[in-house]
Amino acid sequence: MTTAAGTPSDRSVLPITERYPLVGWLRRNLFSDVFNSLLTLAALAFIIVIARIFLRWVFFTAEWGVIPANFNLLMRGQYPAAEAWRLWLVIYLLGAVVGICWKLIVGQFSGAARVLIAIPFVLMLIPFFSMGSRLNLLITAVASGAGFFIAGYLPIQRRGRAAAYFLIAYLVVMLVLLRGLPGEEGPMPPVQPILWGGLLLSLLLAFFGITLSFPLGVLLALGRQSKLPAVRIMSVIYIEFIRGVPLISLLFMGQVMLQLFLPDGFPLVDRVLRALVAITLFSAAYTAENVRGGLQSIPRGQYEAAQAVGLSAYQSTIHIIMPQALRAVIPVLVGQFISLFKDTTLVALVGIFDLLGIARTIISNPDWLGTQQEVFIVVAVLFWIFSYTMSYASRRLERRLGVGER
Amino acid sequence: MQTIHASQVKPPFYRDERILGIISQVLIVVIVLGLGLFFFSNMISGLREKHSVAISFTFLSQGAGFDIGESLIEYSRERTYFRAFVVGLLNTFQVAFLGIVIATALGIVIGVMRLSTNFLISRIAAVYIEIFRNIPLLVLLIFWAQAVFLKLPRVAEAFVLPGPIFLSNRGIAIPWGIPTESWGTFLIVLVAGILLGAVVVYLLREQGKRTGRMPLVTLWFIVTVAAVGFVGWIVLPQPLTLEQPKLEGFNTQGGKILSQQFMALLSGLVIYTAAFIAEVVRAGIQSVSKGQREASTALGLTAGQTLRLIIFPQALRVIIPPLTSQYLNLTKNSSLAIAIGYPDLFAVAGNTILNQTGREIEMFTMIMGTYLSLSLLTSLLMNMYNKRIRLVER
Repeated sequence: MTTAAGTPSDRSVLPITERYPLVGWLRRNLFSDVFNSLLTLAALAFIIVIARIFLRWVFFTAEWGVIPANFNLLMRGQYPAAEAWRLWLVIYLLGAVVGICWKLIVGQFSGAARVLIAIPFVLMLIPFFSMGSRLNLLITAVASGAGFFIAGYLPIQRRGRAAAYFLIAYLVVMLVLLRGLPGEEGPMPPVQPILWGGLLLSLLLAFFGITLSFPLGVLLALGRQSKLPAVRIMSVIYIEFIRGVPLISLLFMGQVMLQLFLPDGFPLVDRVLRALVAITLFSAAYTAENVRGGLQSIPRGQYEAAQAVGLSAYQSTIHIIMPQALRAVIPVLVGQFISLFKDTTLVALVGIFDLLGIARTIISNPDWLGTQQEVFIVVAVLFWIFSYTMSYASRRLERRLGVGER
Repeated sequence: MQTIHASQVKPPFYRDERILGIISQVLIVVIVLGLGLFFFSNMISGLREKHSVAISFTFLSQGAGFDIGESLIEYSRERTYFRAFVVGLLNTFQVAFLGIVIATALGIVIGVMRLSTNFLISRIAAVYIEIFRNIPLLVLLIFWAQAVFLKLPRVAEAFVLPGPIFLSNRGIAIPWGIPTESWGTFLIVLVAGILLGAVVVYLLREQGKRTGRMPLVTLWFIVTVAAVGFVGWIVLPQPLTLEQPKLEGFNTQGGKILSQQFMALLSGLVIYTAAFIAEVVRAGIQSVSKGQREASTALGLTAGQTLRLIIFPQALRVIIPPLTSQYLNLTKNSSLAIAIGYPDLFAVAGNTILNQTGREIEMFTMIMGTYLSLSLLTSLLMNMYNKRIRLVER
């Protein structure tokens, strides 16, 4: 210690934890006392053991050949290969619509948009994809960029409403593309929904399950809060009944008992559609309970104020109550949507070949005996990616809307 | 703007809110009842063609004629359908009960780990939670069944853990206590111990009220019961004998064999639900404001007292409702057993019995009635508990 040591700017006299931020961080977070240090060492050992087992399995034991060989099956099930271009068209259009809606609703090219546009490029890195698929993904990225760019020049006044119209139009076009046009010889021969499969079907079931169950759930929530006793009682009975039974029993009921309820000669509804109805009815009851939580969080003053400025019951619900109630329950609702997405796997138990159903057929194929671990890990990872993305996005949205801060 | 004095002007009936309310309710009831009646009459006429009697539960007393892999009560294919239904129900209870206990323990550990100040420990818990909350339970279950337990070696080459516990593709053989003649007496002694414990609890409570210093009631209860149990165990000639499994030919003999279906179902349910319980526990502990801890330290309470008397009661109030719904979820999710061949309520009743008898309405009524009463009962108990906790609080 010489004369210059007195000034605080001299780094050499600072304690080591301050001189090197990393050392300080380590000291605080990992080695604050003896017990903590032991915990750290135990955790490190645990991580190393798990990582070793897992990495050794991934790189040496696992036989990944089963995945590329069945890749198309996992992605689109029995959807005819000759018609696969329609699926790609659906994806291009999705990219374009996302681009358009982003421009119309959000406006600028901000952080989350960069993540979105990165998705096709990240997917291109997946080793199982063929060159053609990579090209298609590139086209999707270009389409979304083009959508974003063009939407900026459209002479549109009410942007939110325009975005909604674009989405609805997209839904219609998507369904037509998937289902095809009547006439076997036409340019787009029909493809029965029972042939839709794999990841395609899982995503479709989740998407339509969410879009259909949400309005139903909101109606049920309003019904449960209604002043009219008959409406209230029926909503309560419906909600409590559905929440009390497992989804699988509803799915089985849909497959086994639906014909019983319909008159003789009534055309048999498609298997996939029946499963979708069961999922929707199931999920609506849970959505209703979540929305009710939001409705109950609205102070009475809001209702009274809306009445005082002369809004009708309908107007105050649509413009005053619902926006606040829904914003308050976004995290719960997204959680509910994630569990709906995960629950779509249950259709595999009623003879529908979603991603899990396809995986089960692959492992029962004699050519691929003993590949359960590889196939199911890939399936789990695929589901995980979509669920995690949804929960991550919901956390971002929550922060942006300032839930819990107002 | 004609209704400035709305109270004085009687609106026409088609704008009177009360009358409109009544009309719309009647309309809705008529529509719902009409639809219900329509479905019901279709169903009845359809069933008439199929069976001679539309709805009847008499088939339940007929012989089942199928085997069930595992059962808690005595069952054979000569027994009735009703007996088979009960076997499935008990299997559901068994896996749900064990699942709830283990998942709670694991969930609390991971939830507390998530709050650890140790960075690595908290990361490990976070990774666990994020992985298992975002994978469908059914995928997890089938993975356990097909990719883990089915992949275990054959019995002859079974993994042997100390115990001995044999891990093989036939399931897991563990040592198990076999009741001897004195087992019944021992149970009576145990019940007496619990009664004695209750008396001790009562006396301690009274004393606590008098002196104003509440002793550790729960601890003393456990000590009393354990002491009585210990004495009973020593005095009686061995109520249980430990039977160890051993390899014999192509199978293990003795002990208890947990089938691989059961283990797969239990592991899947526990690992999945524990991730959710961990989040519930974390949120509960975090919901207690920092000021509470500081205030209790300022009052001179020790760390243990702070946790027991300040943090825990308040956290519990937040934890209990979502925890109960996780328990219910686990119970309902156990119906996925059908995917891996464990004979639970749904697999036995909704699949096997239904396929054999073709009695859809009856079986679904019974299955759904069971699950429904289970969940309504739970929410009833939970509401009562909630009320009690709230009373204690304020």
